[in-house]
Amino acid sequence: MSYLPKSPWLVHYDASSCNGCDIEVLACLTPLYDVERFGVLNIGNPKHADIFVVTGSVNEQNRSVIQNIYNQMAEPKVVVAVGACASSGGIFRECYNVQGGVDNVIPVDVYVSGCAARPEAIIDGVVQALGVLEQKYEESKKKGAETSHV
Amino acid sequence: MSDYLWILFVVLYIVLAPFIGGMIAGIDRKITARMQGRYGPPLLQPFYDVLKLMQKENIVVNKHQKLYVLCSLIFIIVAGAIFFAGGDLLLSIFALALASIFLVIAAYSTYSPYAYLGAERELIQIMAYEPMVILTIVGMYIATGSFSVTDIGAYEGLLVLKLPAMFVGFVYILTIKIRKSPFDISMSHHAHQEIVRGLTTEFSGKELAYIEISHWYENVMLLGLVYLFFASNPILAVLVLVATYFLEILIDNVNSRLKWQSVLFSTWLVAFVLGIANIAVLGFLKYFL
Ligand code: SF4
Repeated sequence: MSYLPKSPWLVHYDASSCNGCDIEVLACLTPLYDVERFGVLNIGNPKHADIFVVTGSVNEQNRSVIQNIYNQMAEPKVVVAVGACASSGGIFRECYNVQGGVDNVIPVDVYVSGCAARPEAIIDGVVQALGVLEQKYEESKKKGAETSHV
Repeated sequence: MSDYLWILFVVLYIVLAPFIGGMIAGIDRKITARMQGRYGPPLLQPFYDVLKLMQKENIVVNKHQKLYVLCSLIFIIVAGAIFFAGGDLLLSIFALALASIFLVIAAYSTYSPYAYLGAERELIQIMAYEPMVILTIVGMYIATGSFSVTDIGAYEGLLVLKLPAMFVGFVYILTIKIRKSPFDISMSHHAHQEIVRGLTTEFSGKELAYIEISHWYENVMLLGLVYLFFASNPILAVLVLVATYFLEILIDNVNSRLKWQSVLFSTWLVAFVLGIANIAVLGFLKYFL
């Protein structure tokens, strides 16, 4: 049995969000929604995190940052794109500097819709991500792949 | 105490301490959440966290770091084993200090600027609490005439009556040892975004789990030290333990983190005023009465 769904730690990165979605992500941590009751912690360190929550669209400035954070996370890991911007570019899609959603750079597992995404929707997205996390763990066990970065 | 009873105590410590420490951490998180008006995670959450970390990939920056983290865990277990075997208190505390140093070396060995920052702050913490710890033990020696935990535990009369200021000073530095605000300058259980993650920034997977487990072992041993102050009256001792820990949680929740200067100087002030005054009074009573 995997304990991953019982203790998902997430790292939150604000790509070029308008801050609307960020506020909603942080709202999940407040006493009203309190995601810690599911064991979710907002960890600032990608090396400790299981879930990568990205808000906002991708541009030339933050492309490498997103990639870097993703690469630093330990397997198994999942990516949740929160909000219209992170999913597709949203209202900024046509901007000259915006390249679109996060899936341009890294594989995204769960898309949360909304502009801004509601806290309930974000929690729902994270819960769905837990299923993916579990699945990835089972797959990696089946492969028996010894993963180590030395 | 019969001859072989100490082996039983050591085995009990090694087997039970992680469970007790983990449960304390779980209760701690629950109470903290309630103080903040939240529902809080399940009681067993610390165990879920550690078991999850065991299942994660372990990203290793440099092979030595595994060794240092493991050494840190082993020496904390050794320190606790000496303590619960009724051995030499001084030796036990030195083993504990060695364990803290191994953790600092582990952080240094990763060459990460964030881990460096955490390691330096951890060294400052060690400098801050060590004088008070040593003074506490010296005080216990002057009061009971022995460094052996068995003898100190068997002291008739409440030790705290002879070392009241010492007890206050020890509880003060206990806040550093169990990594609570306002003294959690090297690595915090809350404020996960500050200085990335201090000391543990570069550790993931199993190593992070070991650090967490060693923290549980350490907490149990430190609570054992608090117990010693009240050893002649076990019921009172357990009540004091609960009250002390609750106080630490309360302090944790009503304080923000201090600057390192304030941590260092306030703890030294406490150590010198409370610790030395207590020893002076004890010495005075011993030789002039
Ligand atoms: S989806 Fe809407 S609220 Fe969220 S970052 Fe984009 S524009 Fe802002």
